[in-house]
Amino acid sequence: MAPRFQGIDFYDADSLLSEEERAVRDTVRDWVEDELMPVIAEHYLAGKFPKELVPRMAELGFFGANLPEEYGCAGLNNVAYGLIMQELERGDSGVRSFASVQGALVMYPIYAFGSEDQKKTYLPRLASGELIGCFGLTEPDYGSNPGGMITVAKETKDGWVLNGAKMWITNGSTAQVAIVWAKTGAIDDVASIRGFIVPTDAKGFTAKDQKGKLSLRASDTSELVLEDVRVPKDALLPNSGGLKSPLMCLTQARYGIAWGAIGAAMACFDEAVSYAKNRVMFGKPIGGFQIQQVRLAEMLTEITKAQLLCVQLGRLKDNGTMTPQQVSLAKRNNVDMATECAREARRLLGANGILAEYQAMRHLANLESVYTYEGTHDVHSLILGQEITGLNAFGA
Amino acid sequence: MKIAVCIKRVPDSEARVKVAGDGTSLDAAGVKFILNPYDEFAVEEALQRKEAAGTGEVTVIAVGPAASQETIRTALAMGADRGVLLQADAVPADGLAVARALAAELRDGGYDLILCGKMAIDDQSYQVGPMLAELLDLPCVTAVTKLELAAGTGTAEREVEGGVEVVEFPLPAVVTADKGLNEPRYPALKGIMAAKKKPLEVKPLAAGAAGVAVLGMTLPPERQEGKIVGEGAAAVPELVRLLREEAKVL
Repeated sequence: MAPRFQGIDFYDADSLLSEEERAVRDTVRDWVEDELMPVIAEHYLAGKFPKELVPRMAELGFFGANLPEEYGCAGLNNVAYGLIMQELERGDSGVRSFASVQGALVMYPIYAFGSEDQKKTYLPRLASGELIGCFGLTEPDYGSNPGGMITVAKETKDGWVLNGAKMWITNGSTAQVAIVWAKTGAIDDVASIRGFIVPTDAKGFTAKDQKGKLSLRASDTSELVLEDVRVPKDALLPNSGGLKSPLMCLTQARYGIAWGAIGAAMACFDEAVSYAKNRVMFGKPIGGFQIQQVRLAEMLTEITKAQLLCVQLGRLKDNGTMTPQQVSLAKRNNVDMATECAREARRLLGANGILAEYQAMRHLANLESVYTYEGTHDVHSLILGQEITGLNAFGA
Repeated sequence: MKIAVCIKRVPDSEARVKVAGDGTSLDAAGVKFILNPYDEFAVEEALQRKEAAGTGEVTVIAVGPAASQETIRTALAMGADRGVLLQADAVPADGLAVARALAAELRDGGYDLILCGKMAIDDQSYQVGPMLAELLDLPCVTAVTKLELAAGTGTAEREVEGGVEVVEFPLPAVVTADKGLNEPRYPALKGIMAAKKKPLEVKPLAAGAAGVAVLGMTLPPERQEGKIVGEGAAAVPELVRLLREEAKVL
């Protein structure tokens, strides 16, 4: 049996964490080791999200863990929240994506933009896993440019009517409730974007599983179609307004992704080190060859940098001084480095590296999605470019 | 039901330990410490008893350095109600000294049941539970894999050579937990937050004179690399010769 995962901590980053942050990390790490790792490969191959794990994840408090206790959440700080994401993604990016969407993209907008009634109605049920949520922002023709969306909500005398389509929606077919973003004014009026809580069993709402994915296979990715979907007046998130609102949600999710990527990278590094020490070729362990040592040295270096980056990012978030641009830097850097770690680990493992029995190729395939979603690597480059120069390089 | 659980902070079973400069203790630097796994069974059992009864209190008590507070909080995060640390610079090497300190603390507590792990995975002495029972003049059942409680009595199962022994005993009693007794829960995230607000009393350890002292500690010698003498049936004669002449096991 493989030894239990002990984490990677070359710079004693543990000493930057509080006792409670470490305790949270250890609970998630143990759960991943005992309950997720034994089943993840089969679910990945079957292209199936391990939905049966949701009740335990909820019971342990993994959903919306940085939201207040009064709504049934754990009330953790943001570093502890990040560590949850790190450990979940050590298991699989798809499972971390589930928790990210539930917490940062469904519970957070209800918490940030919802009425007290909406918070009391939905947050405890989302925290307990009784309800699963999804987040509909991206559209077939509007990915990196969400402001161009063509989903619309028209106000009627007793509510709203929604029309449009959303794509690449994590949890889309599993969810009972969708946070849907739509324009309530003219089609070029970005300021009219508002958020709605839409039950997925509403008439005219359909979700269709997106087939043929070679990445995030243990995750539900769906297309949503809204055809004259009627919702009551109180489906509107009253404090949402303009594109800024969904972008605030994305900042939350991207923050978690920056942490999550470290987990995937640590899993790949850990696997690569173990393989390098045990696999004998030309009469000695391959770890004794310079080329593999360079690979491992690069991986450890990048992981260590990413860890220190995230702890400080988390402290800034807890202080209330974190900027979206800082999150862009971390998401961009950490997902890129994790993808490189996964690729190098895959190569170090030789032919074995392509098997689902090992983790590297699953993480590599997953991370190609993570690289692209929640603001592509390139878009985050432009966000940073604009921050540096003051000049906007987006679009026309 | 009022239950006390004696717990200990020990190095993680997967930690790589080094002997400290004094030659008689472990170097704690860089070592991850955990709640002794057998004590974890004891904590879980106490929590299940309390939950089944619907009422009661679970107190965890440890002897050890200040850092043992973290171990106590792990038990509090699992669901125990309050903690007591009998603080010392280090855990005395003498099991009797530890048992005496625990007995003094627990004697007048009015506990219905005192649970311990059957041993600590660091010193593997198996002493404290039975000694504690003796000092408190209570019955003791060690290495229990199944426990049932009724009014004033308990029934426990122990794995013995080739079978299972069933023991009946009056309460209060001291019971030490073995692997298999239960499946310890993970501290839930809300439990971790709640643990910070639960009472944790720290008192100086009043350790009596020690009966034993550790003179030295050494790591086991590094294992020699194995030898592959060949493959298939052709290698057997050489293997037998080496087992007989070099290893001298045949």
